[in-house]
Amino acid sequence: MYVAVKGGEAAIDNAHRLLAEARRGDPAVPELSVAQIREQMALLVDRVMTEGSLYDPDLAALALKQARGDVVEAVFLVRAYRTTLPRFGGSVPVETGAMAVDRRVSATFKDLPGGQVLGPTFDYTHRLIDFALAAEGEIAPAAEAEPRADAATCPRVTDLLARDGLIEPSPPDDGAPVGDLTREPVDYPADRALRLQALARGDEGFVLGLAYSTQRGYGRTHPFVGEIRVGDVAVEFVPEELGFAVPLGRVTLTECQMVNQFKGSGAVPPQFTRGYGLAFGQSERKAMAMALVDRALRAEELGEAVASPAQDQEFVLAHCDSLQATGFVEHLKLPHYVDFQAELELVRRLRAEFSRDLDSVQEAAE
Amino acid sequence: MVPNPMRPAPGPGIAARQAVMALCADASRPELEAAVSALDAPVAEDLRLPETGLVMATGRIGGDGRPFHVGEVSVTRAAIRLADGATGFAYHLGRDRPKARLAAILDALWQDPARRPRVEAALACAARRADEARRQAARRTAATRVEFLTVARGED
Repeated sequence: MYVAVKGGEAAIDNAHRLLAEARRGDPAVPELSVAQIREQMALLVDRVMTEGSLYDPDLAALALKQARGDVVEAVFLVRAYRTTLPRFGGSVPVETGAMAVDRRVSATFKDLPGGQVLGPTFDYTHRLIDFALAAEGEIAPAAEAEPRADAATCPRVTDLLARDGLIEPSPPDDGAPVGDLTREPVDYPADRALRLQALARGDEGFVLGLAYSTQRGYGRTHPFVGEIRVGDVAVEFVPEELGFAVPLGRVTLTECQMVNQFKGSGAVPPQFTRGYGLAFGQSERKAMAMALVDRALRAEELGEAVASPAQDQEFVLAHCDSLQATGFVEHLKLPHYVDFQAELELVRRLRAEFSRDLDSVQEAAE
Repeated sequence: MVPNPMRPAPGPGIAARQAVMALCADASRPELEAAVSALDAPVAEDLRLPETGLVMATGRIGGDGRPFHVGEVSVTRAAIRLADGATGFAYHLGRDRPKARLAAILDALWQDPARRPRVEAALACAARRADEARRQAARRTAATRVEFLTVARGED
């Protein structure tokens, strides 16, 4: 039980004023603008949007500024902000197959219709600190080339495999209502749609660690990256008063199609199975980790033994949210004086009983 | 029954209206300000004050399967009526209320066939800029197109 404490108002006010000054840092150093954070810390902004579960780059950048760059604190601010807004409704499902790709790679096929494009990636960089970035300077403009005729259409790699029946189909859209964990508490077992929602907003570090555990043998799934694509997709919404899909604008998404080892049955010949990841912005590590954990969480559905943490949906879903996790861990630092007083009294009594018992044993022995 | 101004009957030409809405969503606020001021629009009253809210973005499992919720997007909407009775609506990503209101005015003006060519001309500049930005992005991406080769190793 937590018993509230009172007092400390002046100290708390002053601590927050000190925080504001600490946030600003050395006033001789120019202050960061929200636009600078949005443009130059773009992947951090993408992470805050993904885990904050709200696509709004300016808001995520502002949250990062307010949080002094602390991701979980920024996620907290974004989540708190969203609770102040009404929800107009749900979007038309986004069509990632029609994405204007900035990046598209496959580890399963080297020749793909539409081609593979590396886009802006850290892959194949040498990971040597670039001291030239410490000085301000112009950068060379990016190279340009005329897109080839086939570049406009990029079918999903999974669609190519599905044509020959080599991979399981995606679960069909049966028109059933889709669960939303921001509206209803999760009931276990949770269906795949709900699990994907939880993983999409889950902490990148936690989901990454679980994904890694499956590769190391704790729920092995034999994965290949069928495809990763990053780019802009249109979001549409059907307002009640208009009755047709209104284009809201474009959002950047990262999609990962993981292709995993086979499953077959008496009725169906062996087929590759799938794991799926989708995240806001350019969030490749997150989308890959999500796809691996999505596949691991399908263990029961695919008749595999559920023996590892990444296959245990209650373990994964109940612990993947950074805000819930930090709330419960960090509440420990708040005053627990009354609780602790009770524990202190208990341990003193137990110690007194212990000495009394020891004394009587010694007396009996003498 | 009095027609409800909040429920215009869907008619033909929805795709063209959607295209103009998409163009306004992609455009910047200054571009929409320039377009509206070039059109000497009648006075607009708010049917609904511009308002920021959320739309839950939905994806599909595997990209093509059952829907699931990816996360919300911030959306600002506006609904106006021009002094001559035409109504216009806008829903845009982000939190820019003046921009959504400008787009709603343009939506109302565009629905009048007599005004349509002038509205499209006023937005042509923004359309060209958006097109050029998309083409440049595509050219930069195309320069990173990669051809991987597999190399056999060892004997046979």
